[in-house]
Amino acid sequence: MREIVGFTAQETRPGLEPLLRVQGLPAADALAPRLRALVDEALASHDELAEPRAVVEDVTSEAFAAVLQPLALPPEALVVGRVYPRAFALALYVATLGEALPARIRGLLDDGSLAEGYMLDAVASFAADLLSDLLAERFAARCSAGGDGLRALPYSPGYCGWPTAGQRPLFAALRPEEIGVRLNESCLMSPIKSVSGLLVAGPPETHRFRPDFPFCHQCRTRECGPRMASVLRPH
Amino acid sequence: MEILDRIASALQQGDDQQVASLTAQALKGGVAAGEILQRGLVAGMNVVGEQFKAREIFLPDVLLSARAMYAGLDHLKPHLAREGVALRGKVVIGSVQGDLHDIGKNLVGIMLKGAGFEVIDLGHDVAPERFVETAQREQAPLIGLSALLTTTMPRMREVVTLVRERGLSGSVRVIVGGAPVNADFAREIGADDYACDAATAVERVKALLGVA
Repeated sequence: MREIVGFTAQETRPGLEPLLRVQGLPAADALAPRLRALVDEALASHDELAEPRAVVEDVTSEAFAAVLQPLALPPEALVVGRVYPRAFALALYVATLGEALPARIRGLLDDGSLAEGYMLDAVASFAADLLSDLLAERFAARCSAGGDGLRALPYSPGYCGWPTAGQRPLFAALRPEEIGVRLNESCLMSPIKSVSGLLVAGPPETHRFRPDFPFCHQCRTRECGPRMASVLRPH
Repeated sequence: MEILDRIASALQQGDDQQVASLTAQALKGGVAAGEILQRGLVAGMNVVGEQFKAREIFLPDVLLSARAMYAGLDHLKPHLAREGVALRGKVVIGSVQGDLHDIGKNLVGIMLKGAGFEVIDLGHDVAPERFVETAQREQAPLIGLSALLTTTMPRMREVVTLVRERGLSGSVRVIVGGAPVNADFAREIGADDYACDAATAVERVKALLGVA
């Protein structure tokens, strides 16, 4: 199954407190008025300019193995390579917030409105991640139609050992041009606030792995722990 | 001098209009542009940098101050050129090839400018050759590399190797930074230094270039 999915800007609007937390800013009730004004302005720009949309296509394990194959890496050397064989269902996806939001960010930064540009960039990055999460939730719900409580997470090139070069075979398989997303020579997406990867749905244990890959030693974000916890804890 | 303190203070408040107005006023009053730069704008940004490092203020606060600094600099630039005031040194910065994350790199650029350096910002997704060729062409003694992804960190090694291959190790230093980067990695790839944040980057760049 392949589908184009549209979302409203309200659906990708970051929540205020999570947005502040991610940026290391104080909670809303302790935030300086000038910083609160920056955040509110950025959220308003997001609401005005975001055009969230995605293309999603179910794939078999064999088809996804073919997406990884050009990288010439043993699948077990990547987190996604260790996880996907255990999945109940898989889907490739590319999603974007559209061109208008990054254009506004560029304009602000070029204008010297650094704080405004930075804040809108932070809001847009958060919104793009939310887009991945929304697609994962949607995929889990579809796969769990029979009520078997599957949990889905997105896995993306550029993270957890999956090289950014992995974008090329992913794009070749999914052909996301119809939602306006392209790759450049370095495998970076345009519009810039776009996300891509594999949606993996399965029982919670599907997503459990030991973070003992060589690249884990260099990782300071350690986001895999909370990610795994988010699907392993009971609903 | 009171007006220089007021410039530094307005800069710390992120009040770009006030900084621009006070800078113009100081110039009109006969204060040398170099003095306004060092004792007004750079002094103000130094305080901002210290406050940021001590986590007393936040990144958007720094950016508001940076805009105020640029507002003052716009007035000063023609005068600085006339007075023959040299900036502290030239630094080429960018996010490595394959990496589009540039907020951290932008902040380093802002802080370096605030400390009086000339910054050539190549943006994001920058090929190793472009870093090295720009440093050669601009006679910049320092390249600053940023990466946010573990998957793009290897590009940093390529830049260091290229600097060495072109026989520039003595004249062009390389400093690295970014979320997954640490001092061990910097040593392993042969970089000259590592900075864990923007404020530290300024200190390390000063040390590498031997400026006070």
